[in-house]
Amino acid sequence: MDTHTLSDQTQSSLDGARMTGAEMVITALREQGVDTMFGYPGGAVLPIYDALYSEPSIQHVLVRHEQGAGHAAEGYARSTGKCGVALATSGPGATNMVTPITDAMMDSIPMVVITGQVPTHLIGTDAFQECDTVGITRCCAKHNYLVTDVDDLARTLHEAFLIATSGRPGPVVIDIPKDVQFATGTYIGKAGVYKPTYQPKTEPSEHSIRDALDMMAAARRPVFYTGGGVINSGTEASKLLRELQAATGFPVTSTLMGLGAFPASHEDWLGMVGMHGAYEANNAMHDCDLMICVGARFDDRVTGKISAFSPGSRKIHIDIDPSSINKIIRVDVPVIADCKAALQALLDGWKARRLPKPDLSDWKEQIEKWRAVDCFAYPENDGAIRPQYAVERLYELTKDRDTYISTEVGQHQMWAAQHYHFEEPNRWMTSGGLGTMGYGLPAAVGIQAAHRDSLVIDIAGEASVQMVMQEISTAVQHKLPIKVFILNNEWMGMVRQWQELLHGERYSHSYSESLPDFVKLAEAYGAHGIRCDDPAELDAKIMEMIDHDGPVIFDCMVEKAENCLPMIPSGAPHNEMILGKISGDEIDEAGRKMV
Amino acid sequence: MSKEPIPASAYDMDHAEEVEERRTLAVLVDNEPGVLGRVVGLFSARGYNIESLTVAEVDRGKHRSRITIVTTGTAHMLEQIEAQLLRLVPVAAVIDITKSKRGIERELALVKVAGQGDPRVEALRIAEIFRARVIDTTNESFIFEITGASEKIDQFCELMEPLGLVEVSRTGVLSIRRGKDAG
Repeated sequence: MDTHTLSDQTQSSLDGARMTGAEMVITALREQGVDTMFGYPGGAVLPIYDALYSEPSIQHVLVRHEQGAGHAAEGYARSTGKCGVALATSGPGATNMVTPITDAMMDSIPMVVITGQVPTHLIGTDAFQECDTVGITRCCAKHNYLVTDVDDLARTLHEAFLIATSGRPGPVVIDIPKDVQFATGTYIGKAGVYKPTYQPKTEPSEHSIRDALDMMAAARRPVFYTGGGVINSGTEASKLLRELQAATGFPVTSTLMGLGAFPASHEDWLGMVGMHGAYEANNAMHDCDLMICVGARFDDRVTGKISAFSPGSRKIHIDIDPSSINKIIRVDVPVIADCKAALQALLDGWKARRLPKPDLSDWKEQIEKWRAVDCFAYPENDGAIRPQYAVERLYELTKDRDTYISTEVGQHQMWAAQHYHFEEPNRWMTSGGLGTMGYGLPAAVGIQAAHRDSLVIDIAGEASVQMVMQEISTAVQHKLPIKVFILNNEWMGMVRQWQELLHGERYSHSYSESLPDFVKLAEAYGAHGIRCDDPAELDAKIMEMIDHDGPVIFDCMVEKAENCLPMIPSGAPHNEMILGKISGDEIDEAGRKMV
Repeated sequence: MSKEPIPASAYDMDHAEEVEERRTLAVLVDNEPGVLGRVVGLFSARGYNIESLTVAEVDRGKHRSRITIVTTGTAHMLEQIEAQLLRLVPVAAVIDITKSKRGIERELALVKVAGQGDPRVEALRIAEIFRARVIDTTNESFIFEITGASEKIDQFCELMEPLGLVEVSRTGVLSIRRGKDAG
């Protein structure tokens, strides 16, 4: 993590300095190299906002709802590799932050959330805007604190950054009562912070690497199954993955969270794995003889039916979190380490053994047969724009630019994952684990705040985006020229798809009634609105969106009944993927009960 | 992983997972606010069982507390419980007392028995056999203090049942390992 830090001189002069709690917050943020934070003021954080008033080195992005601040901090973190920071007041400010905290926990996003709390003498009295923030966030944050003594505050802030950004990253909440913000105490610098019970293991054991290399050398049908851990481990990890792949020639698939770690244009790229992943990726996972899981966690969206998951393979699992090992799928060789360190050790070992690139021609021939199925093919535009076509055109027209993509959750998210292709890490921001509708727009705000000159696009659905629509106002205020590209099919598309397949086409409450006119809505917010319902006009209008110097809402009217395919029906194994039309009969009773 | 040759498929591994075992885990934690809530919350959030739980600060200087948890689960679940506990930031160590050959478990109980005549005499006689101490007495009742393995206390209470058992208060299991080393 490349963080800007204060000069040693300034730092040492601050160590031991007397200041208020609110000043400590700002001083600690500066010392941690925070240049941007997302927040919303309120009674219990006014002293912090007062200290922020005269602080030019921190850009504060004022959101419209605290959930937006949390997701923006996530987008900032995911796109920069730095820690996201969000600030909210007590009570409703803190409870509104619960969704992004949980989201960051599920997707292992480093984030520090600072919340105000009622003064210590009022805690427990059901005071105005009081809630038990540490109680509420205990189970959805990596760690949390209630700071009741101003002399503990600086240490706690630094410890929070240490915990959020090291080991398996995650959100850390610091709840600061208002009287602690006003009180004067002694500041300590980050250098003195040490947490003896928190010592994540990052270096792989020698024997695990040796066993892994033995297996890799013997493999004839290997596959790399990579995940968000590679992205979290930093750009160096993605580089090492590419080098190890080049040395071994093994094909690569990735989870939704790991897209971009390996270039999609590479001949050995199999596409995304999982429920809506590529046919060749899922079949390779099922038929491989060696699976090398790098920073992924065998999520149910990836494994399908557990008892039939990759039955003939031996498995290596690289993960920094020991609790991920054998949690869902039993593995043969666990490698508990940071992805970067493990990949480096494997690469060094592979080279030291002078292992030749194995002959995988039979395996790759088989993969080519699966690839020839062309699983992401979709019908021609038939009057209306096919959503897949819209994403494909968006990709073609933006791929040569400095582009970042975020998404909401649902069909559009899967179409984006299937039809938008990534060459680099940190370019793809999506809510994977929690599946938070409304993630993408505020995430785009956060990404754009970190990358002012880049093209930031939220590929959205008309239902998801309405959950956080107000954040377009944030983008307008802060001159963040995000592009909200809505695939508007007038349905909660994934809900509709499941109702079609599993509930006898009874579309219970999944139609997006009373949709706003998104073009007028954009204009009302002071943004630019574009509507397109004609495939022939799509390219020109996408270019208009790209060229507009300011936030845009693009209302792309698409085919309404399109289903997201291919699909592994819930409860089915990888090799029973449904490609073309799906009737619902493929899903058995047990599968229907799953989510 | 020292098996050789290279282990066969993970699915060839022995899955004796249906069997539930009881385990006593000693969890050494930083004694900071909410730490017990974190441990208990983890058990409820992930659907693990808690049969008994004891907690107290054991090292004031180091701010260390020791939580002893008796839990049941399959081997797989127990492995996860340990790993998930270690994921909590204030958890310094998790010791499986049951698996450790050097583990010692003890529980203390206060047992109130009311009765007169023969049953009262019999209760006192059994208490002597179990080395339970009388810590309170009236003409119609005793309170016994008994220490030992949980099974011994179970058995004592069972014997007291027909003799006028009124109430039992138990500490839950305490644990430590034999030998000179800590932890």
